[in-house]
Amino acid sequence: MSSRRRFSRDRQGRVHPRLERPERELLEVVARQTQEQLAAQDAATARVHPVAYPNDPEAEAEFKAIMGEGLRDRHQRALDALAVGVGADVVEEPELHQWMEAVEVMRLVLGTELDVTEEMDAIDQLDPRAGQFALYAYLSVLQNEIVEALSASLPASRDEDDE
Amino acid sequence: MPAPVEVDLPSGHEDTRTDKPWLVIVWNDPINLMSYVTYVFQKLFGYSHAKATRLMLDVHHKGRAVVSSGPRERAELDVSRLHEHGLWATMEHSE
Repeated sequence: MSSRRRFSRDRQGRVHPRLERPERELLEVVARQTQEQLAAQDAATARVHPVAYPNDPEAEAEFKAIMGEGLRDRHQRALDALAVGVGADVVEEPELHQWMEAVEVMRLVLGTELDVTEEMDAIDQLDPRAGQFALYAYLSVLQNEIVEALSASLPASRDEDDE
Repeated sequence: MPAPVEVDLPSGHEDTRTDKPWLVIVWNDPINLMSYVTYVFQKLFGYSHAKATRLMLDVHHKGRAVVSSGPRERAELDVSRLHEHGLWATMEHSE
């Protein structure tokens, strides 16, 4: 098994995704399904909209009124960017950032559906949801690789209190 | 947003607390990856990898960590950016 990375960068900082066709098809399908779940406000999407003020319902309602729609639109746009762009040979960094957010939303929804825990053992082959657990594990690998690619271009830190 | 207007407040009114900063808290959850959480702290707050890792480990081991603090508007902005990135963030007034 080769350990080649899926997201390499050229000298201009552009990203060259190396996704096999089944991966691209899978990501497009899951991104579209997740969009539908978000639009339908499926119970599994609750984790995508966390509560900002757990002890102040009035402030929370105000916060949601101001921020809620923008958050939903942003998630939909990110999932769109992935579904539409996943076949591209070259993407710019902002687009890869959208892919990262899309994968994040997909993991939040799927992880909620599967009720995952921090200690994930090997997949139980007899579990009828084994395929979904495998998809979740794949999305985790993908997210790690996207984070690795994006971390390479983080600006120097502003805090001086380290090292 | 309207400009602030000076008014006489009765003593003990809650606005006497507004000088205290708001704390932005990130809570542990079983879904977000350690590498991802560290990256988000670096990206959103400009923290070094070392500081972002320390905060991520605090979240992981202690269940929560204060990742930023400041006036209410600033804290709300930070919370909304953390929510955009899928992190479980809340805010509260420091005691």
